[in-house]
Amino acid sequence: MTARSAAELIADLNARKVSSAELTKGYLDQIAKHDGRVKAFLLVDPAAALARAKEIDDRRAAGKPVGKLGGLPVAIKDVICTQGVRTTCASRMLENFVPPYDATVVTKLKSADAVLIGKTNMDEFAMGGSTENSAYFKTTNPWDTSRVPGGSSGGAAACLAAGMAPLSIGTDTGGSIRQPAALCSVTGLKPTYGRVSRYGLVAFASSLDQIGPLGRSAEDCAVLLEVLAGHDPRDSTSANLPVPEYSKTVNQPLAGLKLGLVREYFGAGLDAEIEAAVREAVKVYQSLGATVKEVSMPHSKYGIATYYIIAPSEASSNLARYDGVHYGYRTEEKAMLAELAAEQQKLEAAKDQKKLADLDTPLVRLYRQTRAEGFGPEVKRRIMLGTYTLSAGYYDAYYLKALKVRRLIRGDYDQAFEQVDFVVGPTTPSPAFKIGEKSSDPLAMYLEDLYTVTANLAGIGGISIPCGFTKSGLPIGLQMQCRPFDEERLLRAAAMYQRATDWHTKRPKLG
Amino acid sequence: MSLTRADVEKVSLLGRLRLSEAELDKMTEQLARVVGYVEQLREVNTEGVQPMAHALDMHNVFRDDALAASLPRDAALANAPKRDSECYRVPAVLGE
Repeated sequence: MTARSAAELIADLNARKVSSAELTKGYLDQIAKHDGRVKAFLLVDPAAALARAKEIDDRRAAGKPVGKLGGLPVAIKDVICTQGVRTTCASRMLENFVPPYDATVVTKLKSADAVLIGKTNMDEFAMGGSTENSAYFKTTNPWDTSRVPGGSSGGAAACLAAGMAPLSIGTDTGGSIRQPAALCSVTGLKPTYGRVSRYGLVAFASSLDQIGPLGRSAEDCAVLLEVLAGHDPRDSTSANLPVPEYSKTVNQPLAGLKLGLVREYFGAGLDAEIEAAVREAVKVYQSLGATVKEVSMPHSKYGIATYYIIAPSEASSNLARYDGVHYGYRTEEKAMLAELAAEQQKLEAAKDQKKLADLDTPLVRLYRQTRAEGFGPEVKRRIMLGTYTLSAGYYDAYYLKALKVRRLIRGDYDQAFEQVDFVVGPTTPSPAFKIGEKSSDPLAMYLEDLYTVTANLAGIGGISIPCGFTKSGLPIGLQMQCRPFDEERLLRAAAMYQRATDWHTKRPKLG
Repeated sequence: MSLTRADVEKVSLLGRLRLSEAELDKMTEQLARVVGYVEQLREVNTEGVQPMAHALDMHNVFRDDALAASLPRDAALANAPKRDSECYRVPAVLGE
């Protein structure tokens, strides 16, 4: 079962070789067996999943129509709203949040007859690249459980690698689909900005966030993207463009493929084994008839600096909604008010008029205390950073400057795409690191994102596909980036490689 | 332009975060490193470059002005930490 691709499983379901209930039960068994160690899921409701599977099976047995996914289980990152099913964003802030509506992608999955098998772990509010920032627990990498699975969609990638789901949905703001896909040896696609509706996705950085598919192969991602993509009147930034039939064309090879190898991606800091694997992958493409040329993207080195101004700025604004009033966590009010009263008395006794005037009002203290208790350290850092870069006197020097460099980064891509079809390079500079290795140094963690953030800044598409392993057995990802809305050809190019290689079929040995 | 502890304290109020003394110290040190890093953008010549706030060049996205059902009040209030029939409850805002 877990050796078969999503497309094959859907064919089996439709041919009634297997029932959705049997398949769902199979994945639930894998979860029961392995998730104690992998810890990919924040929530699994076996009874609800099985009931849903049975309902689809009954419909099929009665000869009624069944959707494109035909009863296939799909895991959902816990940043996407599911009506009546707790959605935490891996934050204490939303520990008890039960969305009153479904995200558009969830509505689409349901009408395609997916079985929602569980909600996957992530960095809190999708801020991080290791899933260590979850407020609940750390997900491990199924290839080496002492290492991180990447992030922020760490649970989404790890559950696939461990055979606990055939498909999963992630989100990518600066690499959060592609990077964990690379570190866990699965295939993950960040679509062009606007390709998939963000309605019901809990916002981190609205001009960068995009929902996308993760699967075992490009073909699996094509099947899922076809369900997710499309215009949504509820998301004014979703593109009003037709959705290609990705699943029908994904296995058609591309002739005369032109690949661009980005000179700047192969500088200092790139792991030698990753570089060798990526260059080897490019040779595979050459053997399939592709031509390769070097391209230059001179502004790519400013990607991290630009991203870590724009993303926190947008985050600081988006996360203002967590005020302890409308939904989510609220601090214990009595204790909060008592502490505030005691502070006031102390200052009055000391006749400290300055500090008295500065003392929080009860409402401001409610906000500040609630947010102090509800958010973890990384989320606080980003709110602080974004508030600073947007604040009076600094806006032009940081935020506006970053928006201008963002335009130059997009210009680099536009120029590259005049010469080549896809831009190719490593997904990450290094393989999965040890849990805890980088958690005390935020800047070191940010620098890991250098190959992925620019696609979000430019708003283009990108995919990570498995292209080898290090000597110590850690997965390596190849990243390919495409012109806006060129996912159809990007998936075909990725599938060409996967028909010629078998890296994507390798599975970790889990006890 | 280096980030000071006083800056961090001020920003923590703007961002509605209460930070302990220890957190203020740590935050000042960590943010100063990140701000120091992003300062490198100064070396980029951006004269005449239009800022890019968004990846899609879309303007004035309108929908039909049609009546449609909205979220029922009870559903909207269901996640409120404190409510009072039809309202959210907050601590007294006005003085006693």
